[in-house]
Amino acid sequence: MIRGASSGIKAIRDVSGSATSSIPRLEWKVATVVAVRDETRRARTLVLDVPEWPGHLAGQHVDVRLVAEDGYEAQRSYSIASAPGSAHVELTVERIENAEVSPYLCDVLQPGDGVEVRGPIGGYFVRRPDDRSPLFLVGGGSGVVPLMSMLRQHASSGSATSVRLLYSARSHDDVIYKNELNAIVAAGRARVELALTREWPSDWKGFRRRIDRAMLEEVAPPASDGGRAYICGPTPLVESVANLLVEIGYDAASVRTERFGPTA
Amino acid sequence: MTILSSTIEAMMNETRLDGNAAAGPLSELFARDITTALATCAKCGRETPVGTLFDYGQAMGVVLRCNGCEGAMLRLVRTPGSLRLDPSGVSMLIVATG
Amino acid sequence: MSDRPFIARGFHARRPTGNAARIPPGQYETRDFPVLSAGPTPRTPLDRWDFTITGSNGQTIRWSWDELSALPREQPTVDIHCVTKWSKLDTKWGGVSVDTLLGLARERAVTETGFVVAFSDGGYTTNVPTADVTGGKAWIALEYDGAALAAEHGGPARLLIPHLYFWKSAKWVRGLRLTERNEPGFWEQLGYHDRGDPWREQRYQGDP
Repeated sequence: MIRGASSGIKAIRDVSGSATSSIPRLEWKVATVVAVRDETRRARTLVLDVPEWPGHLAGQHVDVRLVAEDGYEAQRSYSIASAPGSAHVELTVERIENAEVSPYLCDVLQPGDGVEVRGPIGGYFVRRPDDRSPLFLVGGGSGVVPLMSMLRQHASSGSATSVRLLYSARSHDDVIYKNELNAIVAAGRARVELALTREWPSDWKGFRRRIDRAMLEEVAPPASDGGRAYICGPTPLVESVANLLVEIGYDAASVRTERFGPTA
Repeated sequence: MTILSSTIEAMMNETRLDGNAAAGPLSELFARDITTALATCAKCGRETPVGTLFDYGQAMGVVLRCNGCEGAMLRLVRTPGSLRLDPSGVSMLIVATG
Repeated sequence: MSDRPFIARGFHARRPTGNAARIPPGQYETRDFPVLSAGPTPRTPLDRWDFTITGSNGQTIRWSWDELSALPREQPTVDIHCVTKWSKLDTKWGGVSVDTLLGLARERAVTETGFVVAFSDGGYTTNVPTADVTGGKAWIALEYDGAALAAEHGGPARLLIPHLYFWKSAKWVRGLRLTERNEPGFWEQLGYHDRGDPWREQRYQGDP
């Protein structure tokens, strides 16, 4: 136990300073569910207390492993929604119909339950706290989760960095973190544009279609600003948006992607 | 004659993930996080961050493929009792140490 | 640190009831048809597609798409089992028996051997003992559920060997190489079993 804690502290120092770091052996740990919070009809946030948590970078994820009495096992990855430095690790999980893991996490898991996690994982799809380049976040559906960690990190920092979020969801009811996004915008900490793809209120002033080139030309910071883009969500959306950003002038090296697989 | 339109082809590949998804399994073998490492494809020479490579393995294992030529660059399977890595599709891996 | 896994309270595999006798050990029944693949979906135009069987003596027999489609077809209904633990019962296929193809190959002096390597568009390979693709146990499947085999499930043609784990049923198959020795294929090189009998749980190399 103590060995794990001391190598964890070393990891925090390395991770903030260098491009990659020696990571302590990632081990499975049993986290305790401290609270659950329903975000939308389909999405729930799990607030976890993870023993010896070494801290994380915005954009990283954890692996979650579920083992049944008869030995059946399922494993999935979930992005960390909470900002680095938060007291607990928060995961926002979207329930996928007839799936293996998300219905369990959304419907069965309760405060007091244990759940096995491994992390934090991933050094590529990460936004470091000292990165001051203009930031463009594009999320589709639950792809907004790791972007929220980045946005929360920025919102609570004093930095004047320009941050924009373009978030695509099926309907207004499916927009996760609505109130918090409104507060961030009201405080002038970021610009947020929503694109609803299937239904929208009759007085909806945001975008009423899937993300396309024209939308990106309107919303994305100009490539000449030297900004960085992070795109996360279903694979088809991620690949399409990445290609379009390059088409409108972004350098491929300034665009980072995280694919979540098929559209749910 | 059957030729898939690019739209249908895009749909077919929508199950692919990327190197980010492989980071957990890769951490069982590598001491450093290699998703930021630059990997050179042994087939076509393209240099790409591992985090961007296409991951097709799903439940059977990790299969990271080149974004350019789709050649299998890195394959990893966990069997009871061993981790098996075939890195032969990577001719060079560069990890920045800061 | 204990070796006993942490049991997630109230977690279990979704499993339809009944049919227990038809589900091999360690498997769970699904009503879906999950799509797993080791690479992107290939797209060879049918007018350039062919299927070949090559013997260890180098003799080859080749069928074009039209020629293969014209061969006698069977309609097997079979249970299939994926090594990732899902099993699907009563799947309906249409295809040419591998016995038919090997019979025609024999007429062209393609010598049979103890082992077969199936190869596919995109580079995928898988190996099986010849005995596991003969005697009515294997087909080149061109149809699934009454329609032409969809690309995401291996179309235009896939190998179908239902009595073995389904990674042996190579999608987008383009031919068979008959080999003197066992030559591990794509997954077998990485530790999956050379034969893959679900009733003996032959998932990995070394499983008896």
